[in-house]
Amino acid sequence: MAEIRLENVGHSYDGGATFALNPISLTWKDGNAVALLGPSGCGKTTLLNIISGLLTPSVGRVYFDDVDVTDLDTAKRNVAQVFQFPVLYDTMTVRENLAFPLKNRNVEKDAISARVEEIAELLGISKYLDIRPLKLRSDLQQLVSLGRGLVRKDVPAILFDEPLTVIDQNFKWTLRGRLKEMHNTTRHTLVYVTHDQTEALTFADEVLVLNQGSIVQSGTASDLFLTPEHEFVGFFIGSPGMNFLDGKVFDGAVIVGSTQIGTAESKSPIANGNIRIGIRPEFLSLSTSGNGVAVKINRVENRGGYKLVHADAKEGKYVAKLATDSNFTAGQSAHLEFDSQRTYLFRDSKVCGTVNTKGAK
Amino acid sequence: MKTRNNKAWFLVLPVILVVSFTALIPLMTVANYSLQDVFSPDNRLFVGMKWFYDITNDPLIINAFQRSFQFSIQALLIQIPLGIAIARIMPKSGWKASAALVAVSIPLIIPFNVIGSTWLIFSRKDIGLGGFLLNKLFDFDFTSDPKDGWGLILTVDVWHWTPLVVLLVYAGLRSIPQAYYQAAAIDGASSFAVFRYVELPKLRRVLLIALLLRFMDSFMIYTEPFVITGGGPGDATTFASILLTNIAVGQFDVGRAGAYSLIFFLLIQIMSFIFYTVLTLQDREEETKTK
Repeated sequence: MAEIRLENVGHSYDGGATFALNPISLTWKDGNAVALLGPSGCGKTTLLNIISGLLTPSVGRVYFDDVDVTDLDTAKRNVAQVFQFPVLYDTMTVRENLAFPLKNRNVEKDAISARVEEIAELLGISKYLDIRPLKLRSDLQQLVSLGRGLVRKDVPAILFDEPLTVIDQNFKWTLRGRLKEMHNTTRHTLVYVTHDQTEALTFADEVLVLNQGSIVQSGTASDLFLTPEHEFVGFFIGSPGMNFLDGKVFDGAVIVGSTQIGTAESKSPIANGNIRIGIRPEFLSLSTSGNGVAVKINRVENRGGYKLVHADAKEGKYVAKLATDSNFTAGQSAHLEFDSQRTYLFRDSKVCGTVNTKGAK
Repeated sequence: MKTRNNKAWFLVLPVILVVSFTALIPLMTVANYSLQDVFSPDNRLFVGMKWFYDITNDPLIINAFQRSFQFSIQALLIQIPLGIAIARIMPKSGWKASAALVAVSIPLIIPFNVIGSTWLIFSRKDIGLGGFLLNKLFDFDFTSDPKDGWGLILTVDVWHWTPLVVLLVYAGLRSIPQAYYQAAAIDGASSFAVFRYVELPKLRRVLLIALLLRFMDSFMIYTEPFVITGGGPGDATTFASILLTNIAVGQFDVGRAGAYSLIFFLLIQIMSFIFYTVLTLQDREEETKTK
């Protein structure tokens, strides 16, 4: 159990020509569950391996509770890590696999067997304890692998590298619940790497969104959803992602095509010029009358719990998420209204203000 | 149970045809000889199983086989651990890896009799550097002391063939995914534990192949003792194949040599079969996965 602090940590696999992970500084409080979310190749596994010591960062220092561990090897850092695919010791039984990390650290025999039983119970693999993991299905193998990560109690942190990729969808939910429950009782610092936003948002106290080797935003699930600070967050979080439109700001007025959709609001005035307007499908509403942007409905997808309406306007395409009882049909003309609080302006991919649609004429 | 379509066996026919010419027909000639006492091409006598009975009761021949067997065991006991040890300390990437691979492979590409001649000269106590230096330590003479002769042949075999084990094990080690080493580091495994629980299980197949090849080759060793010791001193290095050549070519006793060959051949077949069975046993077990 420890606070993890990174100071200017970055890594390059090719001697400094390109950085897989751009230098970052951050602190994760002791006992937090943190998720690293991002697409493949964004640097999240690199960051994880730097923390566990499998990788020595090209620059920067890593601290556990103010102790500099940058030059300590993995075994000495004592962290636990679970990999994306099952990594098992073929010649050992499931029981021996689970006991191995404890045995290597000279834990007492009775304590080992009690702990192994406990973890097997938690993961639902008790009945497989005495067979070799090679004989198990791959999802059960992954559970054994996961168990080896959870078996030690005295670790400063447990790191997960997309551990549930090969687990069956239904069991994933159960397992995530159990991990969350376990975290509530043990309060280990957890770092969870994933490209699945649902997994990240439900699991973690804090989510870091990574893209191309940099952290684009960190915060709680609602921060990321309601107040995205970067176009990538708008696009990556949410299902479907944010609608983006190209527009212009001219003397405080936000103009898309030839229509003024509202006035720009920001702390510091926004210079005239090109801008991107982003709004989540959840914050768009449609009406048959009214004074929003005129659109033609192209297609309506009924997703059961909600309807996705694809609408075309002169200046671009929109997707709106509406209640299932809304009765718009394809081919219909309608007016699209933006939620004033939730329509964002982006310049150079970063948020720079919101759009007040009340001012639209 | 599905009915099986066995037509695919016809596809094996070309191979059977080729093998007939390369192996079966020559072997049948040997089998033919083994049942006769041949005095000259037109003067021969059918003797039934006489040669087989003779050979299995001839202490000279039994001793030669025992000698070969002992030699193989000793060669394996040295070469397999040594090969693993060398493969483990070889560089893993970059030009050093290439350089090490080339250096290690050199003994494998030298003709057998050149190796024999080289070591013969090298080990002579009068003009050979190795023999001369050894003589400073103790009284070394492979031409008169049976122990020295045996030791020299064993050394040559180790020098010649350990590289094969190294190459196989090196390839096996390189094919172990990095994640296993990472997981072992996370689990706090000692370097011995990494070897015992990660590398050794993953090398199982490669090691069985190395064992099979090295056992067969050392069991049939011929060129090196032929060139270096000629089977001596006394009969210290008269291995099974040396004795066979003496009978077949030296004494021109083709009937006896034929029976000898068949028994030799059969022994090797049996050993190969045992190795193959062991090799595939665990794979068959793994197929039955828990549902």
